[in-house]
Amino acid sequence: MSDTQAVEAPAKSTITVVVDGMSVEAKPGELVIAAAKRVGVEIPHFCYHSRMEPVGMCRMCLVDIDTGRGPALQPSCMIPVAPGMTVDTKSETVKKAQDGMLEFLLINHPLDCPVCDKGGECPLQDQTVAYGPGESRMVEEKRHYEKPIPISDLVYLDRERCILCDRCTRFASEVAGDALIQFTERGNNTQVMTFPDEPFASYFSGNVVQICPVGALTAKPYRFKARPWDLEQTESTCTSCSMGCRITVQSSRNELLRYQGVDSDPVNWGWLCDKGRFGFEAVNSENRLTTPLINGQATSWSQALDAATGAIRAAIDRNGTQSIAFIGGANGTNEDAYAWATLAKGIIGTGNVDAQLGDGVSADALLGLPRATIDEACAAGVLLVVAPDLKEELPVLFIRLRDAVMNKGLKIVEVTPKATGLSSLAAVSVQHRPGEGAEVVRAILGRATTGQVSVSPDVITKAAGLLNGAPRVAIVGRTNLAEPAAAITESISAITSASSATKFLTIARRGNTLGALEMGLTPGVIAGHRVGGPNGLDTHGILQAATEGKIACLVLLGADPLSDFPDSDLARRGLAGAGTVISIDTHPNASNANAAVVLPASAFAEKSGTTTNVEGRVSTLAQKVTGPGTCRADWMIASELAWRLGGDLGIESTADVWARLSQDSTYFAGCSQAAFHAPGAADGVLLPLPEVVLSIGSSTAESAIASETDGSHDVAETVEDVEPTEIRVAFGGGSVASRPAPQDAFSLRLVVGRELYDAGVALTNATSMVSLNRGATMQLGSHDFDQLGVKSGGRVRATSSRTSLVVEVIKNDAVPRGSVYMAFNQPNVAAADLIDAASATIDIRLETIS
Amino acid sequence: MPKIVSSRFDLADGHTLQGYVRTGGYTALRKALAMTPDEVTTEVKTANLLGRGGAGFPAGVKWGFCPPGVFPRYLVINGDESEPGTYKDRILAEKDPHQLIEGVLIAAYAINAAQAFIYIRGEMAHAQERVAAALNEAYAAGFAGHRVCGSDFSVDVVLHWGAGAYIVGEETALIESLEGNRGMPRLKPPYFPAAKGLYMQPTIVNNVETMANLPWIINNGGAKFAELGNGKSTGTRLFALSGHVNKPGVYEVELGVTTFRDLFEKPEYGHGIRNGNKLKAFIPGGASAPWFYEEHVDLPLCKPTIDQAGSMLGSGAIVVMDETTDMVKAALRLVRFFARESCGKCTPCREGTTWLEKIMERILAGHGRPEDVRLLMDVSDNISVGLAWPPKQTTICPLGQSATTPIASAVMRFPDEFAKYVGGSVELKVKPRGSAFVGPLTVTSEPANV
Repeated sequence: MSDTQAVEAPAKSTITVVVDGMSVEAKPGELVIAAAKRVGVEIPHFCYHSRMEPVGMCRMCLVDIDTGRGPALQPSCMIPVAPGMTVDTKSETVKKAQDGMLEFLLINHPLDCPVCDKGGECPLQDQTVAYGPGESRMVEEKRHYEKPIPISDLVYLDRERCILCDRCTRFASEVAGDALIQFTERGNNTQVMTFPDEPFASYFSGNVVQICPVGALTAKPYRFKARPWDLEQTESTCTSCSMGCRITVQSSRNELLRYQGVDSDPVNWGWLCDKGRFGFEAVNSENRLTTPLINGQATSWSQALDAATGAIRAAIDRNGTQSIAFIGGANGTNEDAYAWATLAKGIIGTGNVDAQLGDGVSADALLGLPRATIDEACAAGVLLVVAPDLKEELPVLFIRLRDAVMNKGLKIVEVTPKATGLSSLAAVSVQHRPGEGAEVVRAILGRATTGQVSVSPDVITKAAGLLNGAPRVAIVGRTNLAEPAAAITESISAITSASSATKFLTIARRGNTLGALEMGLTPGVIAGHRVGGPNGLDTHGILQAATEGKIACLVLLGADPLSDFPDSDLARRGLAGAGTVISIDTHPNASNANAAVVLPASAFAEKSGTTTNVEGRVSTLAQKVTGPGTCRADWMIASELAWRLGGDLGIESTADVWARLSQDSTYFAGCSQAAFHAPGAADGVLLPLPEVVLSIGSSTAESAIASETDGSHDVAETVEDVEPTEIRVAFGGGSVASRPAPQDAFSLRLVVGRELYDAGVALTNATSMVSLNRGATMQLGSHDFDQLGVKSGGRVRATSSRTSLVVEVIKNDAVPRGSVYMAFNQPNVAAADLIDAASATIDIRLETIS
Repeated sequence: MPKIVSSRFDLADGHTLQGYVRTGGYTALRKALAMTPDEVTTEVKTANLLGRGGAGFPAGVKWGFCPPGVFPRYLVINGDESEPGTYKDRILAEKDPHQLIEGVLIAAYAINAAQAFIYIRGEMAHAQERVAAALNEAYAAGFAGHRVCGSDFSVDVVLHWGAGAYIVGEETALIESLEGNRGMPRLKPPYFPAAKGLYMQPTIVNNVETMANLPWIINNGGAKFAELGNGKSTGTRLFALSGHVNKPGVYEVELGVTTFRDLFEKPEYGHGIRNGNKLKAFIPGGASAPWFYEEHVDLPLCKPTIDQAGSMLGSGAIVVMDETTDMVKAALRLVRFFARESCGKCTPCREGTTWLEKIMERILAGHGRPEDVRLLMDVSDNISVGLAWPPKQTTICPLGQSATTPIASAVMRFPDEFAKYVGGSVELKVKPRGSAFVGPLTVTSEPANV
């Protein structure tokens, strides 16, 4: 299995150096320590980290380097290879230097290894054993500091243990861009510290715990929980967003205790965001669904499954297959999604299936656009970003893009209704009012525009100059939850009509949305990235139909429309209007609180399978623990339901899913479960495989002909019935949405965005992170704020066409003039109450209240 | 011998524009502006003006290291003079700030600098005030800023006050500090300032005294300057004499001609050791220089000779210690300075210097053990491999290694004083390799050139 990693320039001339008598071919500019490692010579080090700039602080990696003037002790982490260089890592001088350096590092290091989280996996401990002195000659008092002190909500700092390697501080400033921890004092009193009253509030703070070479930085969720030698671990993929970061899942006594980032070169480089890293707390939560429920009462699986099948049968009998709808399925595995899609479309025969909750982009865009990899986006030269705030939604993608901007000359042109985490990195950040996005995209691509935009012509010209017609790569996604997905479809159409060569990274909410869609959890698509199957409604349509009494049975697959659907009023009416609600979920939530049937599902790390990331990379998910109570993997529940409905999904294991898919679908040709677990597939498998040639067909709009099947109960038969076309889904574009004029001169346009910490189940059930959300406030730029005549932190009444609510107001110049911003799904005030999903834009009037 | 840089030290108004211009000030600037920048550089090369900050690198040659065609370039003046006993640049800045500014303008013209920064040590408030006042006068008189003296050459001269860190005397740390960062040395390579310095642009870092020499060189010609001194040690130098002499002070002497004995004993200089005491030891060139003793007093003040004898003239700080001095205490004083001033970046310096200080303090507090002397030398050896001179360092900059030279000097020359404190002598594991540490003195009659 190969990657499209071959973006590296053809091998330039290499330099030959000799390391401990072995000849090493090295790239020009490669550091001695890295070249040595490739031939198995491990040079001890603390401050050096392959993903950060060398700093030469710890002096542990001193080796004898001879460039013709005799051997001299040099730091191998700072010296690049040079022709004719001879390196000796084991000379007497080197051994003495290593011994001396460790003695220095240990004179002030407390010997509290027995109570230190790092003990047993500590580079200082390990290297002392391997290279250090047996005992200390220091008889004086060691340095003392208060220990430990919290430097953020999640991380503690023990300055006595710190060996001042500059890793955490470099990570904060170089990698994360949150230079909130720095050295203070000097000499022997040098210490890592935050600024006064400013905690290390970074989305990436957990990484410093992982890269700390001693136990100076510890994570609140893991402190004193385990010793490294008690941990069992397995490699997996984080699914808290669609980045697909590789992790190791570590547990002890059937309890998840820690996730560590794994350095996957095409994906996360070893970094994780805190939401992903500490997400195990939600899995471990006491607040899990552990037993099936009927009307809130615990029951047995067989009774609950009977109730569920009874409801489905009754709905089919009374109202036809189209009275059944499925929402969700994007949080699970590909195998789960395959099972649900096949149950819904093949066994039941409904097309009302949608993995997205009206908060993403069209399935056409996710499945049909030519796809770029993350590496391609970083190497694009000029990158167009018309997407939600990536720092909030795909934090590690933000880190990759930040690196590309800072170190590799990437220029970003951003089109956004509000300044984002990327704005300060962007060459041009085009900030527009809601409703103008597509018009702005057309303008910066040099296309004919039809109307006026509120963006200054200088900014448009600057962006157009950089893009020079069309970008090689664009990142697209829902920029504003208070505008319909059609708005973003229109922007994408503007890009595709400017150039057919542009490749896309299409951002969707939730970890496995792309995988779920490829498996058929969207209307007009069936498992295997194929156009076909019964046509049907998306989530918006399903909820609308439910309000009209047309949905007799609504199945929620780990979905919580009341919290996640952008229009909460429609979601409420839809759920109330749906006949029977069946929820398959891991945790109780607002939407399944009153469900007729609740089936407990296995969560992350409780089942194995695969997930598909934003670039179409399929990587493995591993089971590490057994779920609580009698919860089961989704695919098993779906199989069970199929069987009770008289059908057969034809899968008895997750491997069967891939056996079927590779047979049935060109897209998945050559895939097998074994292939995903092959040694060469450590970074996942980018699909489709290079040897698979896909024919690009017409758009789904034309080819996804509604084929109303009437409940044939055998999957194979059904799939044959509808004769899926073996074509790749193509992007269908969209019609130009009408842009209504502002309601009146006083109203402001609403921008609603996701923030990393919200009131979702992954956070409300994580004890360390539950209080990290910032809450919802109404945010205005200075100009509009000053007009309002309220103090920052004061309260205003906000009124939209939907409702009126009282909310705190604050000044934030990230919000352009004429717009207001609110965060989505926060615990205090629901921005979704203000949104009418049918409206192209949402106008808000603000009134001061006494 | 003409007084090249100290001619106005005794004038009451030497620090004012009026006093400076009256005594021939700013004539060299006009003369330089009439020359091409290359001609100015050639003149300085002819003078063979060696950098007066300590390393002694020829200033004209350094200017030539700016990569051609890369602009903007910056000139940075290192006035962060902070080593114990070093105070020549402070006197220059206090007594003759215009001479410094004129030198800066000439150098800026020669290298075509867009901007010049004068970095004055944080604690030298009087010097800062004098330079600030002089800069204001120079700007008002049209010597600095837009169109210098009506020529096409414009340059801004910025005075920057340090915040009190010895390490900022290291040129890359000084650049970091100028940029507003923590004063810590940069990795070299790639950051040789001439190629990538301030704001990653070509930057020439020169010492205050080096600049002060330029007006004289331009006025009198480089050849005339080169006539002074001995061999390649041309011109004169300021030495800051302190310690147990009757008349400590900053004295300008001709290089290679004046000896240490002259400096200690002549009435115009030190005027003898205090109370008629005998000399015990002296530091010839700043706190990091290996100590010299009675047998070295007849050596001329000349870089190659002193280098050959196993020490250095360094920053021009000469500290005299008479027979009453407790050498263990003297060594502690120096070690403590380096421990307090370590920036904390490299492990051996951060941990090692403080450990040395703690051991010395313990010895002096009467809790020393015989093996502590060996420990002192072992720790020093782990900071500066082999205790050789010239030193081999395990760190980025030489600060850590500097703390080891007073230890090596004191332990090797005065083992009995240590033995008295620790109650016995021990055999050392490390044998220092510096000739000043172990003797005997051997200097060839013809000093080797630099």
